[in-house]
Amino acid sequence: MKHYVKLVRPYLIWSVLMIVIPLILIVIYSVTTGGNTLVNIQFTLSNFKKFAEPIYLQVFMKSLQIGVITVLFCFLFGYILAYKICKFSERAQSFMILLVTIPMWINTLLRTYAWMSILSDNGIVNTILTKLGLDPMTFMYTDFAVIVGMVSDFLPFMVIPIYTSLSKIDHSLIEAAHDLGANNVQTFFKVTFKLSLPGVVNGIMMTFLLSVSTFVIPKLLGGGQYMLIGNLIETQFISVGNWNFGSAISMILAVVILIAITIMRRMDPDDAEED
Amino acid sequence: MRKKHGHRKLGAGLYIALCFLFLYLPILVTMIFSFNSSKSLTKFEGFSLMWYERLFSDSEIMEAVYVSLSVALLATLISTILGTITAIGLSKSRKLLKEVIVNINNVPIMNPDIVTAIGLMILFSSMKIEKGYLTMLLAHIAFCTPYVITSVYPKVRSLDPSIANAAMDLGATPFQALTKVILPMIKEGIFAGVLLAFTMSFDDFVISYFVTGNGVKNISIIVYNMTKRTNPTINALSTIVIVVIMVTLVIVNVVPAINKKKNKKKMALELENMNHI
Repeated sequence: MKHYVKLVRPYLIWSVLMIVIPLILIVIYSVTTGGNTLVNIQFTLSNFKKFAEPIYLQVFMKSLQIGVITVLFCFLFGYILAYKICKFSERAQSFMILLVTIPMWINTLLRTYAWMSILSDNGIVNTILTKLGLDPMTFMYTDFAVIVGMVSDFLPFMVIPIYTSLSKIDHSLIEAAHDLGANNVQTFFKVTFKLSLPGVVNGIMMTFLLSVSTFVIPKLLGGGQYMLIGNLIETQFISVGNWNFGSAISMILAVVILIAITIMRRMDPDDAEED
Repeated sequence: MRKKHGHRKLGAGLYIALCFLFLYLPILVTMIFSFNSSKSLTKFEGFSLMWYERLFSDSEIMEAVYVSLSVALLATLISTILGTITAIGLSKSRKLLKEVIVNINNVPIMNPDIVTAIGLMILFSSMKIEKGYLTMLLAHIAFCTPYVITSVYPKVRSLDPSIANAAMDLGATPFQALTKVILPMIKEGIFAGVLLAFTMSFDDFVISYFVTGNGVKNISIIVYNMTKRTNPTINALSTIVIVVIMVTLVIVNVVPAINKKKNKKKMALELENMNHI
């Protein structure tokens, strides 16, 4: 039955044009100089060497640091949330999961903008602090604000996969562990947590990918001077106009994410078996 | 013992409530302050619809709403058709071709938005396509189609391949077999793809921001440009967007549940009738 084989042809052409060629162009730009048109280009590795300068390395390290902190908080809050949701009736569970999903569909920009007014110097949090007789604090344009914005934004991406894994666990396994004399803590770490690993791995990958590549949240909550990799790429393309250097940074970002995904996949028992 | 259990449930409820507060606080704040009668984003000074009036009389914002909606509708339509026929074709393709396409298809899903965005930006400028509405639409089709394929393909794969053959043996043309047999059987996957494509497109900022030009702006770009100063009109606009998305999601999630119930009832009734016979 070969009637429908031809149906893939339009997309084959389309995906080469719109997915493969852009990637090749990024690679070409990253290893050449000669401005933003590909007329007289010359091969060079200077774009990558430039990234090794202390200012850029600092941005890189800061992005990793903020990314890891965000992932850790998402994991901590998200795992507990998914675990607690699983304790409710099936109906309540699907309602709560719907509630977790809804914010995912609402633009990052809109939610981050709202955090600006919540965390600003005379914002809602500080108004409450003053009413309680405490000193107002500066939240805006700090790492704290950026991390709050990211955790609030990316938490659902951690909760959903973990919940999916947790809800699939056969309850009789947990009962068996208890019958065999394991206490609650042992059962959790040796049975429940191990079985939820695929969800944890997926959640960590998603939140890491989102938090190392965002430029909106650091720009709005960290201020104009706050630089993460995403901001660096944005400025190279939008304001500085050095597409070659911008492409090199994007390549580095893509490679970092690829490495992170490979490491995480290794930790996922399901995927390891498939290989 | 029972009391302890009750406490635990209360604790779980409290924790969940706090998490939801954290997730929904920005959404609530946006909605509440869109009805504020002053410019303040921190003190609620009275109910008013002034920001909504301002919103609807602002031609730049209305233009952006039009761009967002029309791009989302067109991108959804085109990527759904493209994605669906590709998914059907994929299930019949040779293994190698299948793997190549599936892997290419995963690139935009796994790549950070910003990398996809600059790739397309470079592509358009090296092809000398003027940046604007067309480039935005093309880019949206490019990032929506992979999601349509990933939601339709599993449904196609689970179909019995002999069904289409049976239809054709019975005299249907391949096109008829496609529209009358295959499509109705994968409609759930297509519907999921439509929903994904529409919300992804309507919500997109990063890719639109890099590939647009000539003053063509969608809602997200307008919001981004307005964040530099306090402007509660954004809250009014956000509130409308949030309500539209929430209503869509609730309908999508609740309607199938109701239908299922109806179907169950219907089945129960039919079974009863059969028993009577």
